[in-house]
Amino acid sequence: MRVRVDFDLCQGHGVCRNEAPEVFGLDAERQQVVVLDEQPPESLREKVKAAVRFCPTQALQIEED
Amino acid sequence: MSLAAPAPEAPAAPDGLRPPPVLGRGLPGLGHLLALRRAPIALMQRVRDECGDVGEMRWAGQRVVLLSGEKAQEAFFRAPEEQLDQAQAYPFMKPIFGAGVVFDAPVEQRKQAIKNRSLRDEFMRGHAEVIAAETERMTARLGHSGTFDLLDFFSELTIYTSSSCLLGREFREELGPDFAVAYKELERGTDAFAYVNPHLPLPSFRTRDRARARLVGMVSEIIARRERERRETGDLLHALVRLRQRDGTPRYGADQITGMFIAMMFAGHHTTSGTAAWTLIEMLRHPEVLAGVASELDALYADGREVSYQALREIPGLESAIKEALRLHPPLIVLLRKVLHEFRYAGFRIDAGKLVAVSPAVSNRMPENFRDPERYDPSRYGPGREEDRQSFAWIPFGAGRHRCVGAAFALMQLKAIFSVLLRGFEFEMAEPPESYRNDHSKMVVQLQHPCRVRYRRRGV
Repeated sequence: MRVRVDFDLCQGHGVCRNEAPEVFGLDAERQQVVVLDEQPPESLREKVKAAVRFCPTQALQIEED
Repeated sequence: MSLAAPAPEAPAAPDGLRPPPVLGRGLPGLGHLLALRRAPIALMQRVRDECGDVGEMRWAGQRVVLLSGEKAQEAFFRAPEEQLDQAQAYPFMKPIFGAGVVFDAPVEQRKQAIKNRSLRDEFMRGHAEVIAAETERMTARLGHSGTFDLLDFFSELTIYTSSSCLLGREFREELGPDFAVAYKELERGTDAFAYVNPHLPLPSFRTRDRARARLVGMVSEIIARRERERRETGDLLHALVRLRQRDGTPRYGADQITGMFIAMMFAGHHTTSGTAAWTLIEMLRHPEVLAGVASELDALYADGREVSYQALREIPGLESAIKEALRLHPPLIVLLRKVLHEFRYAGFRIDAGKLVAVSPAVSNRMPENFRDPERYDPSRYGPGREEDRQSFAWIPFGAGRHRCVGAAFALMQLKAIFSVLLRGFEFEMAEPPESYRNDHSKMVVQLQHPCRVRYRRRGV
């Protein structure tokens, strides 16, 4: 799977970082998400799905390879 | 006679772009301003029906182009701030906040202000605790049974919750009902005549200015009392009062500090208050929804955990009931931007100086996007339907870079409030079901009086 961010929508709430800290960080300067691992391993799928689901601005998407 | 039809389309310019069609039946000088003050949602729906996705109204001297439909709305929400500016679009807010506050500040400064740390995910637990406690305090004043006014109750409650969460608990403890009353009067000062001039000698503008002066007076008194008692506090007010300029004089006076506080509380106040009221009204109109939510809460809280824990978890039935109230009764019925550089969409040219608008009230009921749109139906958010995932059509919180930064906070707050209310009380309508309605005569929409409900403590 591949993680996609719509930067027009991200406001840096940090929910994704709490759900999947292995995959998402926060850029303090821009106050937006940083994807630490664009192609996270299958073992993190549930965490990434939770991040997508609970993103308050629906800025995240999972694309299947 | 074609008075009802939009003006014939102007011929395309050499670049192939044309100006938007203009809605008919405008008055000389005032344009559609009186319709805006009387029935704003009907006016905007008329623009969509008669002109299509792009149509122009006139609010006195201001030309306002309504963009509607999912595609046109997406273009609006994705436009950069340098092209569509938020600050200059709301002239009715300036006298409320005061000089130098928020919308009066330059773009860069406002971008900084968005980084409001108190809305971050990690602070939510503490906020939930505060909100539950404030709701308990408000309900402790109620008897075993009786009636209360939805507007008065929720607008007072949300003054306490938002001041405590955003400005600090110490400051909140200095506030009482008089602050809430003055704040509500301030919100009433958002008459659309501000598009003519926000300082016209109208009763609602005079009430607004008097209410603001009362708030400044209350904040001045709080500052003076703290100084007299030499009380050491560590909150925002304390920090602002102590800030000095180079020459040693105070950086901010009570007027500016009050303006900042008004601005910080504004976005989360009438919006949350109105949504709490409408969620309860719609649940009372649909008893099967209310019964479902009440038993959902009873089951959830059977494990004995606190509201501060539960309100952060998923409560699907209650969340859907809230989302559906937000869809049918969005607290902001129109979102506006000033065009700074020519904006093009679908062959139309919108010149700098005009306003562009998107209407959540119109969008949230578009039959293309919502099945049976007039019906209160929380099941539209259930698995398989999830109609709120249409990010540029389901827009009670707006969308894009200016999407409400407090949306997650607001939903958590409403979940906490109803966790306390529905487990503690049973409610009934005290007015005829269809008589509850919003007053649309001001740009800030509020519930119209009378709007009472009857309550009875559960298990008593």
